[in-house]
Amino acid sequence: MTAFLIRRLLLAIPTLLLVMTAVFALARIVPGDPALVILGDQATQEALDALRERLGLDKPLAAQYIEFLGGILTGNLGTSLITGKSVWSEVVAVIPFTIELTLAAILIGVLLGVPLGLYAAVHCNRWPDTLTRLISLAGLSFPAFVSAILLLLAFAIYLRWFPVISSPALDDPIERIRHLALPALNLGLIMTAYVTRVMRASVLNVLGEDYIRTARAKGMGARVVLWRHALRNALIPVATVVGLYLGTMIGNSVLTEIVFNRPGLGKLILGALDQRDYTLLQGLMIFFAGLIVLANAATDIAYGVIDPRVRYRS
Amino acid sequence: MTSAAAPTLNRSSGSKRFLSQPGSKFGLGVVILVVLAAIFAPWIWPIDPLEQDVLGKLAPPSLEHPLGTDSFGRDVLSRLLHAARISLFIGVMAIALALVLGTAIGVAAGYIGGWFDSMVCALLDVLLSFPTLLLGLMVVAMLGPSVENLIIAIAITELAPFARVARAPAIALRGREFVEAGRALGFSDMRIVVVHVVPNLLSEVVVVASLWLAAAIRTEASLSFIGLGVKPPTPTWGGMIREGFEHILDAPWLALAPGFAILITVLGLNLLGDGLRDALDPKAQRE
Amino acid sequence: MHSIRRPSVSDDPILRLRDLGVEFRIDDQWHGAVRGVDLEIGRSETLAVVGESGSGKSMTALAIMGLIPAGNGRITAGSSIRLEGQELVGLAEVELDRLRGNRVAMIFQEPMTALNPSMRVGEQIAESVRKHRGLDRSAARAEARRLLDQVRMPSAAQRMDDFPHQFSGGMRQRVMIAIALACQPRLLLADEPTTALDVTIQAQVLRLLSDLKREVDLAVMFITHNLGVVALIADRVAVMYAGQVVETGAVEAIFSQPAHPYTQALLRSMPRVDRDSSDLEPIAGQVPSIRELPTGCGFAPRCPLAVARCTAQLPQVEFRSPHHSVRCWRHGEHA
Repeated sequence: MTAFLIRRLLLAIPTLLLVMTAVFALARIVPGDPALVILGDQATQEALDALRERLGLDKPLAAQYIEFLGGILTGNLGTSLITGKSVWSEVVAVIPFTIELTLAAILIGVLLGVPLGLYAAVHCNRWPDTLTRLISLAGLSFPAFVSAILLLLAFAIYLRWFPVISSPALDDPIERIRHLALPALNLGLIMTAYVTRVMRASVLNVLGEDYIRTARAKGMGARVVLWRHALRNALIPVATVVGLYLGTMIGNSVLTEIVFNRPGLGKLILGALDQRDYTLLQGLMIFFAGLIVLANAATDIAYGVIDPRVRYRS
Repeated sequence: MTSAAAPTLNRSSGSKRFLSQPGSKFGLGVVILVVLAAIFAPWIWPIDPLEQDVLGKLAPPSLEHPLGTDSFGRDVLSRLLHAARISLFIGVMAIALALVLGTAIGVAAGYIGGWFDSMVCALLDVLLSFPTLLLGLMVVAMLGPSVENLIIAIAITELAPFARVARAPAIALRGREFVEAGRALGFSDMRIVVVHVVPNLLSEVVVVASLWLAAAIRTEASLSFIGLGVKPPTPTWGGMIREGFEHILDAPWLALAPGFAILITVLGLNLLGDGLRDALDPKAQRE
Repeated sequence: MHSIRRPSVSDDPILRLRDLGVEFRIDDQWHGAVRGVDLEIGRSETLAVVGESGSGKSMTALAIMGLIPAGNGRITAGSSIRLEGQELVGLAEVELDRLRGNRVAMIFQEPMTALNPSMRVGEQIAESVRKHRGLDRSAARAEARRLLDQVRMPSAAQRMDDFPHQFSGGMRQRVMIAIALACQPRLLLADEPTTALDVTIQAQVLRLLSDLKREVDLAVMFITHNLGVVALIADRVAVMYAGQVVETGAVEAIFSQPAHPYTQALLRSMPRVDRDSSDLEPIAGQVPSIRELPTGCGFAPRCPLAVARCTAQLPQVEFRSPHHSVRCWRHGEHA
C-alpha cells in the first residue's frame, strides 16, 4: 500500500515540473511586451524599463527560468504589484471561502447525484430514466453564471429566502449557511448533473458484468444484488470522476463568486485582471497548475484505496 | 487499437439509431434553427442592433420590441440574433483551430512515441483537468482582449480531446510493415500518417467537435461575462448578460433572454453530440 | 477416475426438460437459440452436453436457472423444466431465488470475471449460506471455511479474507465450486468450467469435481465442447447442434457406436493419442446463425449423408435402444 502511495507521489513530481515549465513558457513566449500590456501604451520609456527590471524581464531566459523554479521550490510565488503582499498570503486569505463553497457543492452533488444516477439506471430506457437524463443534460448545459443568475432571481430577489449579497465571514452558523446556500446550490446542482450521468453509466456497466450473474445464480434477490454487489463496484469510477472534476468546479466557482459577490479565489483572479496585477496573476496560475496536478494525484491515490485491484498490482 | 483499415461504419444502422432517439432529433433541430437564425439575422428582424434610443431605454417587452430594450435603448431581439452570429463564429473558429492543432499534436505524439509522447500525455492530462474558464482567462489576460485572441484562448482549452482522439490510431501505425514499405518507396512520414490516420478519425472527431463546440460557446459566454470577451458595442450573449446583470432588479429580461439562448444552443449541441456518439459507437447498447 | 457408471435413467429424474425452447429478439423478430429440447438427468448422474459454440448448450443451462436475459430473450411458450418434480417455467422470481444456489447451482466458464472483485471470497460463500441455510454470521463464516477446505484450497483460513484477484484461475474456480456447493444442491450445472484453464489445472479441477460428486451424491450437467473431458467424467452424453439435441446415450454407446452423422464427425475431428494427427478431419462448413436456421435438419447443409428429405423435414427423435436416442432420418449409417 505504501509502495503504491510513494510511487504515485513520485510520479507527480516530473508532471509538476513539466507543468510549471509550460506556465513559464506561456508567459514568456507570448508575443508582445508584458510591461506594455500592464502599463498601457501611454507609459513612458523609463516606466516601462523600470517595470521590466522589477519583473526580471531584462535578464536572460535561462536565468529567469532558474529564478522561477527556485522561487516555487521555496514557496515564493511572487509578490503582488498592487498590494505588495506575497501572492501566497493573498491566496491564503481567501482560500477558506473557496474551500467552504467547493466542499458544500461536492456534498450536494454526491448526495443528490448518486441516488439519482442509481434510479435512472434501474429504470433504464423507461420514462424516469429519460427524464432524469434530460434534466441532467440541461443542468450541464447551463453556464454556471446563468444558473447563478436564475437562482438569484428566483430565491433571493423574488422569494427573499436568501440574501442577495453573500458575506461568508459570519459567526452565526445559521446565517452562515443562509449565505452559503445559493452559491453552493448553484455549484452543487451542476455537480449533481454530472455525477448523475456518470453514476448511471457506471451502474449500467456493472449490471452487465459476469459476477452479477453469479450472484443471481446464487439465489440472491434482485434488490440484494443491486445494493450489496453492484453499488460498491459502481461507485468506484464515480469517485475518480468526481476527483477529476475538481478542476472544472473551480472554474465554475469563479463565476458563482462573481454573481453572488462572494470573496474567494475567483474574485482574487478578477481583481488581478482588472488591476493588471501581472505578478499576482502569474503566481495564481502557478498555484492553480500545482493544485490540479496534486488533485489528480490525490484522486489516483483515493482510487487505489477504494479499489482493491489497483492496490495489489505490481 | 485495431488496424489502420477504416472501420466498417455501418452507415444505415448508425443513422437509424441516431434518428430513433428523440433527443438527437431535437438537438439537431435546435442547432439548425440557431444556425439559420444567426445567418439570416438581419432579414428576420431588420432593426439595427447598434442603434441607440436613450429615451426608450430599459423598456419591457412590447410589440415593437419583443424582447424589450437595453440600457442604451437598443433592441434586445436584434442584438440577440446578431450575438448568435458572433458567438457561433467564435466557437466554430475556435473548434477548427483546436482540431487542427490538437490533431497535429496528437498524431505527432502517437507516431514519435518515447519520451516526447509521455511528456505530451502528461501535459494533456493536466490541460484536460484544468478549469477551462481559468485557462481561457489567463491566456486572454496574457495576450490582450480581441476577437483573435479570444479564439486562440478558447482553442487552447479545447485542444486536449482532439489530441487524445488523434493519438490512438497514430500509435497503432508505429512500426507497421507498410510504414517501412512506404518509407522505402520514398513517401514522407507525413504523407503516410495523413493517408492512414485521418480516415479513421472522422467519426470520433465529429462527436468530439459537437460536444466541445457546446463547451466553446459556454466558455466564450463566460469570458464575455467576466469582461474579457469581445468589446462593446458588438453584441455577444455573454456580454449581454453582463450588461443585463447590472439591471437585474428592474429589467430581468435583459439577462434572461441571452441566458436562454445560450442554454438552448448548448443543450442542442450536447444532445446532438450525445446522439452522434451513441449512433457511431458500436458499444451503444450501454446507454 | 472411475465414477459409478449408470447408463439408465431412473424413473425419478432430478431434472426433466420437455420441449424446452429459448428465443431471442433480433431487430423485432424472435429467433430460436434452443428448440424442442428433451433431456433428463437422474440423481447422482453426470450428463455431458456437447456441441460447438452456438449450439445452444449454455442457453439451456441458463434457462434452467431462469437467467435468460430478460430484455431480448424468453423461454418459448410450452416449455417445461421440472426440477425434482417442481415446474420452474412461469415460477415467480422470488420462488426461483429460493431454489437458485440452493437446490440447483451453476458454475461458469470465466473464473476471472465471475467473482465480485470488491468482495472477499469468504464473504461471497458465506452470503449464500446465510440466505439459504439461515445460519448467523459466525456460523456461516465457519461453514465457508469448511467449504474451502472441501475444495482443497490450501491455507483456507488465511485465504478466506482475500480478494478474487489474489487467486489464480484454478483457485478461483475452486472458490466458484465452493459457492455452488455451499447449500448442498441436488443438481450442479457446470458451463465449460475448465475451458479457460491450463491443461494441468483442468485435470485438477476435473478430479475435484469427480471426487465431490461422490462425496455429496450430486447430479451434474457438464457442458463442454471437449470430448476428451466427456470420456473422463460423464455417465451419459447429449449432443447438441443448432439449438437441438441430436443424439443422447451412455458414454460407451456414443463413443463406440455414434448414430448421428454430426456425432460421428465430432469423434473423427477429435485428436487421440492412439491415432495419427493426419487422420483428423475437421468438419466442413459453419454452424448456422440463429437468424438463418434451415427448415429441415439443422445439420443437413454440412452433412455427408444428407438427402432431399433431410432439408425438407425436421427429423423426429427415434430410439435405437431404450437409452439411446437420435434425431436423424439416416441414423446409424456411416459416411
